Amino acid sequence: MKSIIRKRVVKGTGVAVAGLSALAVAVAAHAEGQTLNIVSWGGAYSMSQERAYHEPWMEMTGDEIVNIDQSANALAGLRSQSQAGNVTWDLVDMLPADAMIACAEGLIEPLDHDELLADAPDGTPPSEDFVDGALGECFVASIVYSNIVAFNSDMFPEDAQPSTIEDVFDLENYPGQRALMRRPINNLEWALIADGVDRDDVYDMLETEEGIQRAFDKLDTIKDSVIWWEEGAQPPQLLADQEVAFASAYNGRIFDAMVSENQPFEIIWDAQVFELDGWVVPTGKLDKVRDYLYFATDTQRLADQAQYISYGPARLSSSDLVSTHAESGIEMETHMPTYEPNFATAIQKDDEFWADYLDELSQRFDAWLAQ
Amino acid sequence: MSDSAAPLTTADGVPLKVSLRRAVRRSKFKALLLVSPLLLFLMIAFVIPIFEMLSRSVANPEVVNHLPRTVAALEDWDRQDVPGEPVFEALVEDLLEGQEARNLGLLASRLNYERSGMRSAINRTARGLRTMDPPYREGVIEANARWGELDTWKIIQREARLYTPSYYLAAVDRQLSPDGQITRAPDNLQIHVNLFWRTFWMSGLITLMTLLLGYPIAFLLASLPLRHSNLLMILVLLPFWTSLLVRTTTWIAILQSQGVLNDVMVFLGVIADEARWQMIHNKIGTVVAMTHILLPFMILPLYSVMKTIPPSYMRAARSLGGKPFLSFRRVYFPLTIPGMAAGGILVFILSIGYYITPALVGGQSGRFITNYIAYHMQTSLNWGLAAAIASILLLVVVVFYMVFNRLIGVDKVKLG
Amino acid sequence: MIDTSEAESVASATSDQADAHEIFARFTNVQKSYDGVELVVKDFNLDIRKGEFVTLLGPSGSGKTTCLMMMAGFETPTHGEILLKGEPISGLPPHKRGIGMVFQNYALFPHMTVAENLAFPLEVRHLSKAQTKEKVARALAMVRLEEFGDRRPAQLSGGQQQRVALARALVFEPELVLMDEPLGALDKNLREEMQYEIKRIHASLGVTMIYVTHDQTEALTMSDRIAVFNDGVVQQLASPDELYERPENAFVAYFIGENNRLLGEVSERVGDDCKVRLDSGDTVIAKPVAVGGVGSRTTLSLRPERVSILHGDAAEQFDNQFTATVQEVIYLGDHLRTRLSVCGNDEFILKTPNAQGFGVMRPGQQIQVGWSSADCRALDA
Repeated sequence: MKSIIRKRVVKGTGVAVAGLSALAVAVAAHAEGQTLNIVSWGGAYSMSQERAYHEPWMEMTGDEIVNIDQSANALAGLRSQSQAGNVTWDLVDMLPADAMIACAEGLIEPLDHDELLADAPDGTPPSEDFVDGALGECFVASIVYSNIVAFNSDMFPEDAQPSTIEDVFDLENYPGQRALMRRPINNLEWALIADGVDRDDVYDMLETEEGIQRAFDKLDTIKDSVIWWEEGAQPPQLLADQEVAFASAYNGRIFDAMVSENQPFEIIWDAQVFELDGWVVPTGKLDKVRDYLYFATDTQRLADQAQYISYGPARLSSSDLVSTHAESGIEMETHMPTYEPNFATAIQKDDEFWADYLDELSQRFDAWLAQ
Repeated sequence: MSDSAAPLTTADGVPLKVSLRRAVRRSKFKALLLVSPLLLFLMIAFVIPIFEMLSRSVANPEVVNHLPRTVAALEDWDRQDVPGEPVFEALVEDLLEGQEARNLGLLASRLNYERSGMRSAINRTARGLRTMDPPYREGVIEANARWGELDTWKIIQREARLYTPSYYLAAVDRQLSPDGQITRAPDNLQIHVNLFWRTFWMSGLITLMTLLLGYPIAFLLASLPLRHSNLLMILVLLPFWTSLLVRTTTWIAILQSQGVLNDVMVFLGVIADEARWQMIHNKIGTVVAMTHILLPFMILPLYSVMKTIPPSYMRAARSLGGKPFLSFRRVYFPLTIPGMAAGGILVFILSIGYYITPALVGGQSGRFITNYIAYHMQTSLNWGLAAAIASILLLVVVVFYMVFNRLIGVDKVKLG
Repeated sequence: MIDTSEAESVASATSDQADAHEIFARFTNVQKSYDGVELVVKDFNLDIRKGEFVTLLGPSGSGKTTCLMMMAGFETPTHGEILLKGEPISGLPPHKRGIGMVFQNYALFPHMTVAENLAFPLEVRHLSKAQTKEKVARALAMVRLEEFGDRRPAQLSGGQQQRVALARALVFEPELVLMDEPLGALDKNLREEMQYEIKRIHASLGVTMIYVTHDQTEALTMSDRIAVFNDGVVQQLASPDELYERPENAFVAYFIGENNRLLGEVSERVGDDCKVRLDSGDTVIAKPVAVGGVGSRTTLSLRPERVSILHGDAAEQFDNQFTATVQEVIYLGDHLRTRLSVCGNDEFILKTPNAQGFGVMRPGQQIQVGWSSADCRALDA
């Protein structure tokens, strides 16, 4: 088996040689360039993948990589392609919660991580090098990102800038519209924390009717001041237009607006809900993307991606390689969700909880919105 | 003819009727051949998907297919208590097989619709089964508490049928109790009925708005000299040639609170800077944007009807002594009813089906039931519910169409 | 030389107050322009007496319909005044003029039954239900459509629709009825029938009618007086026989009935007659109607039925005699139409009754023709 041979080679040599041999194998395997259809989220995130993975890979192998911005509907897409018997996607970037469902439906390949993925430069096997929860049955994470609330610092006096999630729910001291994502995920967690619930108890509380009611009651207090967004591009825009004072967002989008557009945004890292994101392989496509997957999840590639977007690499060994932002030269470390001060009050999104309760809570959330 | 009982024949002795039939059949066949690409297209792009949608809204194969042994074992269950070991044995066998084939996902989703928590009950239990030894009852219940609940088993037994009304019930905010009675969903889960009503009344309002705005324009179009009416017609059609998204986002730029209209109002001193109007991301946004987008669909049928009304009718009415408004009301207006009805039904049906515009400018209060079809198709992946909602909409549209056809006649619908 | 009937009408147009009360409607110096550049109607003057049937006749685009529409109130005159019963009506909207009108395509309201159509002008005048019903019934009887009150216009034949339109224009008893080419859409037989029908109704009701048509036969059949329009100007206003027998200019002669035209110039005046030297060199004696002095160009107008074939014995009857060559003979049953070549005109038509004893002429045959100078009118060139 080709990949085993390659693994031995990699294990016996240093990083540079690993790169070279990967290149050699890859070039050998791709005598003729093939086209890879890779599904991702679009925007700044796809751009970071383009720079860190796609461009070096295409240069090395002559492959053609087609970016498809369909991750938001990836599960629906996988299911309908599979039912139609014509899977055109080769590799999909999706959330672990979706990956769990897709995996249970047999839409994506189970992955043997130690066999498929590259070891850390020091020889640590992937199963030990990736952060907790990064390797699912059918899933391999590449980044840690975070759902945070950001604000436009121009809209508050300098001596009264918000800093905690309670401030988001405090209309009196921090007036203005809020933009929140139109879904129960994150909002219910934040509501409970703002209401004084300990972050370790959040998901236990949400399994009870009282907990859910408490979360909705808390959300009721700001409901009239909320604009509900659905596209990831909306919150930075709404903040920039000063349509809202606060906006929940993916931290990378806010970072991007801060450095590339010089927007006066600040991130409230308090009670950030962090979550992983990474690759799944549609059933039957493993052989086609095996080499690319090996390449795109190695230590250097994940560290490279962090030059372009403020999402933390999912490998421990990559963290030390994270340096500065490729364009602005900003030190990336403090902008990472995993940076120690930022991470102090972080919550990990409970995918299992949401797999069970998303349908019901979504309906309840919509009904609550419609009231 | 009357003097002969024998059937008429053609010159070479073939009975006339046979010969005629043959000639007609040939031309019919030719006609059929000409329309066959269209028929084929309609079959593939229209009839089959609709049939597919209808069948999906009631299809319920998951429990039957994935829990066959469990269902069989439940046959002589007394429904009084959590079933005994044989049922659990069957469940373990079914889950192991499903785990092996990696197809438990759909079953898990399906049961999770009926009862939250069933998804992990199935997935997590299935993953832990390898290390479990008989007797299973205790171990399985320990793995997930749902298995120790009576309702879980009642639901499994109830859903062991190939067709289910669940999706339709969910679409109208009803649900089946574990014992199979239809009950109202809890208030905090009531969502769809309100949305249906909102979709209908807002579509009605949009139709009315397009009528009020479109009638004078259509009248102008039909009565201006050709030179001017051509220009006006281009203005009417211009939105047709512009992308829906462009038109919708333009309204966002105009109506948002930092938008053009609010800026002008603040500049003119009509409103205070801090009291800017909220005109987008609510019902106003949806009605304004959709009225604009659907206006041509009202104007064109109206225009096509008005164009056929000779100016001499109004002149006749005036010369017969009718005051201008009375003449309009008694003569012109009744003659435009087919156009109003055609435009009305067109706009109404189209707006019921719109979802991009309400999604972009409707905010929470201005969204339609169609947005939930999209949501269930793309995000929640509850395709059965999406199909049920869509089927109900289809039914409503068909009913409207039939009423329209009965009252006005569908042949009156013309575009330009 | 000025014709007597024209002298009369000019006299009435200049209107001495004495017969003002007798004049029902009057156009004075009416002009109309749509674009500010061209006049569609140039200085139109017409007096219409009560009970009179006046026809505006002319080719399409001659301004006749515009005049009618100005009377009805759908167009406003650019200049001049229209009087109705002595009152100027320029400021009066159409619905206050009380004028009945029959439109070219009838303009029956398609969503109303025949009875409802007829009731419309009565309802807007707030007549009682009973009165309305009675008047509608009477109007239907007048046009002999008693059985058709409940039908819709689309369920009637063209002639029936025409009669309904007529009844509707009359049902509210207007003193003036305008008709805009009302028979244009009917076939020939029906048209003739309707002509008599309209004439009969006009006679029985004594209503004043202004009728617009481009069909000269229709105009000749029905009218008391006819105004012949061309190019926005009334060419001649006269009774039908007057128009036909004594056209005042080449256009009227050409437009009304058939006529042979010979072009030449006046060479000599002889008493009441004049001699005209034709372009072919022949000299014709004609009656000067609208010509200048010796040397001026003229068009001679001669009705085809006033030309006779000479058989030698009756040669003295005509002061004009020429030799003609038969070009073509068309058999038309009651008469023969012969195309001749005479005096340089190859389109010279000769109409002869199909009486016994007339031999059939052959193309190429030489014959003698003649006409009286009284029938040969020298008009403008």
